[in-house]
Amino acid sequence: MSKINLYKFASPATFYGLAGQMIPGFAILSAILFAIGLYISFFVAPTDAQQGEAYRIIFIHVPAAWMSMFIYVVMAVYAGVGLAFNTRLSAMMAQALAPTGALFAFIALFTGSFWGKPMWGTWWVWDARLTSQLILFFLYIGFISLQSAIDDPRRADRAGALIALVGVINVPIIYFSVKWWNTLHQGASISLTKAPSMAHTMLAGMLIMAIACWTYTIAVALSRVRLIILERERHSTWVSELLEDIK
Amino acid sequence: MIMLTWLLRRDLLLAIRRKSDVLTTLFFFVIMVSLFPLGVGPEPQLLKAMGPGVLWVAALLASMLSLGRLFAADYADGTLEQMLLCPESLALIVLAKAAIHWLASELPLVLMAPLLGLQFGLSGDALWVLTLSLLLGTPVLSLVGAIGASLTLGLRGGGVLVSLLVLPLYIPVLIFGAGAVDASTSGLGAGGHLSILGALLVLALLATPKAVAAALRISLE
Amino acid sequence: MNWGSFSAFLHMGGYAFYVWSSFGLSFLLLALELLLLSGRRRTLLKRLGQIQRLNASRGSK
Repeated sequence: MSKINLYKFASPATFYGLAGQMIPGFAILSAILFAIGLYISFFVAPTDAQQGEAYRIIFIHVPAAWMSMFIYVVMAVYAGVGLAFNTRLSAMMAQALAPTGALFAFIALFTGSFWGKPMWGTWWVWDARLTSQLILFFLYIGFISLQSAIDDPRRADRAGALIALVGVINVPIIYFSVKWWNTLHQGASISLTKAPSMAHTMLAGMLIMAIACWTYTIAVALSRVRLIILERERHSTWVSELLEDIK
Repeated sequence: MIMLTWLLRRDLLLAIRRKSDVLTTLFFFVIMVSLFPLGVGPEPQLLKAMGPGVLWVAALLASMLSLGRLFAADYADGTLEQMLLCPESLALIVLAKAAIHWLASELPLVLMAPLLGLQFGLSGDALWVLTLSLLLGTPVLSLVGAIGASLTLGLRGGGVLVSLLVLPLYIPVLIFGAGAVDASTSGLGAGGHLSILGALLVLALLATPKAVAAALRISLE
Repeated sequence: MNWGSFSAFLHMGGYAFYVWSSFGLSFLLLALELLLLSGRRRTLLKRLGQIQRLNASRGSK
């Protein structure tokens, strides 16, 4: 693939078509992986000796947590690229990824809560992972709010990019300080990261669910970015022609 | 260099003339701190345990409220655009503005904190560590807050939006600031926490002015 | 197979509420996201179509 080909796809018009072709594949892949992942979660992974059946929540909690963190980093990378090379499409991708990332952060939070209740008796546990997850959720909400508060799309792109980059640099600092705070105040007794000692099947289940979430995210983000492209490029001729074709 | 000295003098003069801004932040701090005992009850042990956290959170919020004033006035009358155009490094200008802002808005809080700490029954040592932690931490709050303030220039819903952006970034400072006082009261010594606060301060001094400068250019384009 | 019977599967060793709420709500939210996305697409295409027809009838473009 020559360089010229790649740069072609940096144009929103070309990417619109490419994304449209990629979405069905990722959607189907995601559905299949979810099916396999759920099958492993419920029918292959054995019952845990200490936590009983409740531990099965990790098969959605951990992949969601992984996804929320991974998506934030990808978002920040797109934001950084957009800021550095002034490419609109990168900023649009960041904007497209954010809601899905926030959703996974939220899923990680409440599934963590539902896991904590039967295990530790309370609906919320201030352990390092959950607290950091909460802060990550706030970072997502901040990014989305900032972008929706700014009317000018270019300013919104760049302001969002800056806050995403500042956020991603701060995430290790925040995680480290929350971890310190947690061990200082509670001792390491209560921790949702103390998952049952990983049987191979359990790890396989989590990984497959994670990849399922990832392919889902790709499909959703590509769909969303197509909408963003349409909204922003609505004055251009290729969009007018596209609308003619759809009629 | 001349520009910077001029800027420092001008901002200081403005701050002195607008005493009400300074005082409102201070009074907000005092009132906020007084609300907590009213909410949780006057039991001395509880207040002593809560004290450092409460004082730190109140300082955080007061500092955040004052962020609106960092760039708003200059943005409104066009001075900020002029600052963007001048040959002096924008990052240095930002540093100068943040310094005066800290002096006017946050230093009073730092000086007030020991008095309020007495209300929570904190001992002499704890008060000393509290003041020191605030002294190290509030500049970081000013600098990091400046990022939020510069990104939201002229936006509707500005104040709340700034809080949303900036509070997650404040959390490490809060943890180590309040943690320093806790550590000293529990006998572990605040050295570690204070060192980390110092490190965060150095990091903020080095990294944030550039980020704020970039944000200003983004907002004023 | 882990489960003696279908009802044992539903019962989840007593943790039915937690496990099924977690998975249920998660997939519900994912489905909701898809729904909202397709709704947004429909509204957008409709609106853009309207604007285009308006422009065409005005003869401006």
